[in-house]
This record gives sequence, structure tokens and C-alpha cells, in this order.
Amino acid sequence: MVKALKTGLPALVIVLAMFATSGCSDIKPWVKPYERDKLADPVMSLSRHGNADAYMHHVYQSRESSRGSEGGSGGGCGCN
Amino acid sequence: MVLKAAPEVDVAVTERPVSVRSAVWLVVLLGLLISPWAMAATLPVDKVDMLYHRYEGGGMLIDGPSVLVRKSVGPQVSVSGQYYVDSVSAASVDVLATASEYKEERTELTAGVDYLYERSILSLGFTNSSENDYEANTVYFSVSQEFFGGMSTITLGYANGWDEVGQRGNDSFEEDADRRNYQLGLSQVITTNSLLGFDLEVVTDEGFLQNPYRQNRYIDPGNPNNFLYQAERYPETRTSYSLAARGLYYLPYRASIRAEYRYYGDTWGIGSNTYELAYVHALNPRWTLEGKARYYDQDQADFYSDLYAFKNSQTHLARDKEMSSFSGITLGGGLVYEWKQTSLPGISRLQASLLIDWLDFDYDNFRDVTAPGNYLPGEEPLYSFDAFVTRASLILEY
Repeated sequence: MVKALKTGLPALVIVLAMFATSGCSDIKPWVKPYERDKLADPVMSLSRHGNADAYMHHVYQSRESSRGSEGGSGGGCGCN
Repeated sequence: MVLKAAPEVDVAVTERPVSVRSAVWLVVLLGLLISPWAMAATLPVDKVDMLYHRYEGGGMLIDGPSVLVRKSVGPQVSVSGQYYVDSVSAASVDVLATASEYKEERTELTAGVDYLYERSILSLGFTNSSENDYEANTVYFSVSQEFFGGMSTITLGYANGWDEVGQRGNDSFEEDADRRNYQLGLSQVITTNSLLGFDLEVVTDEGFLQNPYRQNRYIDPGNPNNFLYQAERYPETRTSYSLAARGLYYLPYRASIRAEYRYYGDTWGIGSNTYELAYVHALNPRWTLEGKARYYDQDQADFYSDLYAFKNSQTHLARDKEMSSFSGITLGGGLVYEWKQTSLPGISRLQASLLIDWLDFDYDNFRDVTAPGNYLPGEEPLYSFDAFVTRASLILEY
């Protein structure tokens, strides 16, 4: 699995990069800014509790071998 | 973002090519991201985020405060500072087996700056974590950008950590551990009421990656009804990969459900799966209730054993229960009070939360040598424990 990820990582990066720069394609954003009131509601936040969310990542990292991809490091809903 | 200073860190000499490759990809993607199709981004809001946290279970009591202050400086810059304390009283099964109960305190300080540049937010920060036998430093950098009409947000992060590992009662003991994190995140609006998020993180460690206090056991060659302890010996390098997907859906009434899955694998042979489901329900415009369930399982490290057949029976030796095969569940609930446009002077929004989680871990091949009764080595009952985590949080935006 680790080997597969080593190979897959560059491929994923390329796909994401192409997606990120595909602004000239025919696909247009289909959710307009004025249609994002529900997405902007705090109940739809992935990190609503701020520090309290980061603390839970610490609790798990101290007791489990896994680490990373907790999702608290960025992202956002594109509501701004 | 607060990056943890876990006592495990960084790249091996043999793993360096992976780091170089990852760094090159990071630079390439950064270049591609500064594209003309992105939408405007906004800085995080000014706030004070106060937290009291408490963990109690498995012989451990850890609590303390955390305060984060964030303030914008002009339209393009936001600075933040955080103070965090863990007061530890430890009498866990690992400690009781070979040592005695202890108390200690860990203090963590973080300073960060976010810079809004055209369509990107660039973040830079430094964290220092200090305790009497462990010093950890981390610098981190990330860039986040919205594009595709604001429906997509991509985040790239890099962190470099360097730790100094000590040992109480042994002043001559001093080891280093270094760590690098590479993060890639994508958040995608799917419909007017649903979101998806994907994360990928690679972490590489190099140095002294074990706990200097923990020991493993082997059968006493002079008496097979007895066992003896020897020092742990971990590999000096480790590389891990984690992939996560999460989805959020806004229900027909004011409530949301969230589902998450994460896969983890590393070069020590540990693999894990994490599943989480959460539900947030608005009682009225100010009060919300929330609940969650989480399930975690992992396979042991290749070199782990609860009981080795004889002394130095293999190159790497570990009996740390975090290296064993086990599973854990979490059930959590919380109550949140949110007050927008408050009448409090200078406060634009207030959020107060009380969150309680119950954690339960069951070990598949880590045995409890402190269990009362007479057992032959390797026939002790399997270990399990549960714990309560309490978080009381107050966020004031101004």
C-alpha cells in the first residue's frame, strides 16, 4: 500500500493541478455565491470549535499510531 | 493550525529521495496554483479562543487551559498567538509496569502570521513545546487558495520539526528527532447543501523515535514462568501516508450530518482505518446540539511483540501499546450556544461550547501485566481502558 501511494501521490498531484487550472474549460461553477447560505451556516463547518477541535487531534495522536489528514489545517467551504 | 510534537519524527537517510521528490511536487503545484482563475480569499476573523481541556482515564489525568488570540493588522495581514498547557498526572499501565507514577507539565507556544496576497492566503508559524524531558520546535508554512468560482479550495502545507529528547534522572541522555510534514487538502462545494473534503498527508521522521522510558519483555531463560525487561529499540526512520475523505450534508431542516473515512499506512507496517459520523442539530437560532461516533482500528508494527521468546531476539523491539493491534470507539456529545451580533461592547459574535467524549480502547495483543492474580507470561488478560474527554470552549469574535 505504501508503495502504491508513493506512485499514486505524483499522479494525484497532477490531476489536482490540472483541475485547479482548468478555468478555461466549459464547466462553469454551478453553485453561485448567493446560493451558499446553507454552506455558510456554522452547522456546516468542519472546524467549528477551533482550538477544541485541534485538541481532539492531539488526544488521538497520543494514543494511536496514525497521524495526519485530520482536516484541521485548512480547506473551508468556499463561502467567503 | 497547531502541529503536534509527537515523540516520533522525521526522514531517514534512505527516505530522503522521497522528501526531495515531495518538495519538488510542492513547488510545481504552488506555481500552478497562482493562476488567474482563482477567486478572492478572506483572512480569518479576529477572535479570542479560550479552551479548558481535561482527559481522564487509563490512569492518566491531563488537563489545562489554552488561549488563542488573533488580530488583523491592516487589510492583508492577520497575526495570532497561542498558549497551551498540559498538566499531566500519569499512572498508566506502561508506567506502573516498570516505573512509578509521575507528574509533569508541558507548555506550548505558537506564533503565526497569515498574509492575503491577491487570491491566496499564505500562512507561516512557529511552535515551541517544552517539558522537563522533551523540547519540540516546529515551523510550518501553508498556502490556501479558492478557485472555480469559490467552489473549490486547495491547501498545501509543509512543516519541519526538530525535537530534543531527554530522560529524567539521566542528564547525559540527549537524542534528536526530526520530522517533516507534507499536506495537501481539497475542499469542494458539490451542491447548495453539500461539501466534500479530501486530505493527503505524508510525514517522515528521522532520529530517536521511541519513548525512552518504555521497555519490552522476554521470557526469563532461567525460569519460563517468569519474564524480564529490556530496552526498546525502534527503527530510526519512519514514513507515513494518510488519506482522508469527508462529506457534509445540510438536511432539509437546520441540521447537518458529516461522514469521514481515513486510511493510514507507514513503513513500520502499521495500517489503520478511521470512520466517523457526526450530527449537528439546531434547537433554535442560538442553541445547537451535536453528537458523534468514531471507530478506529489498527494493525501492529512489524516488530511489535507483547512477549519476546528471548533477549534481543530481533533487531527492533517494541512493546509500546500504541504499536500493537487494537481498536477504539468514541461516542461524543455537545451543547453549543451561539450569539451573533451581540450587544456586548466590542464583541461581534460569541460561541460557548461544552463537549464531552467517551473513548474506549480494546487491545488485541497487549496484555495487562499489572492485572491482579498469578498468570504465566503471555497469559495475562488483554488490556483495555476507557477515558472521558471534556472540553469547555469560549470563542469571542471582535
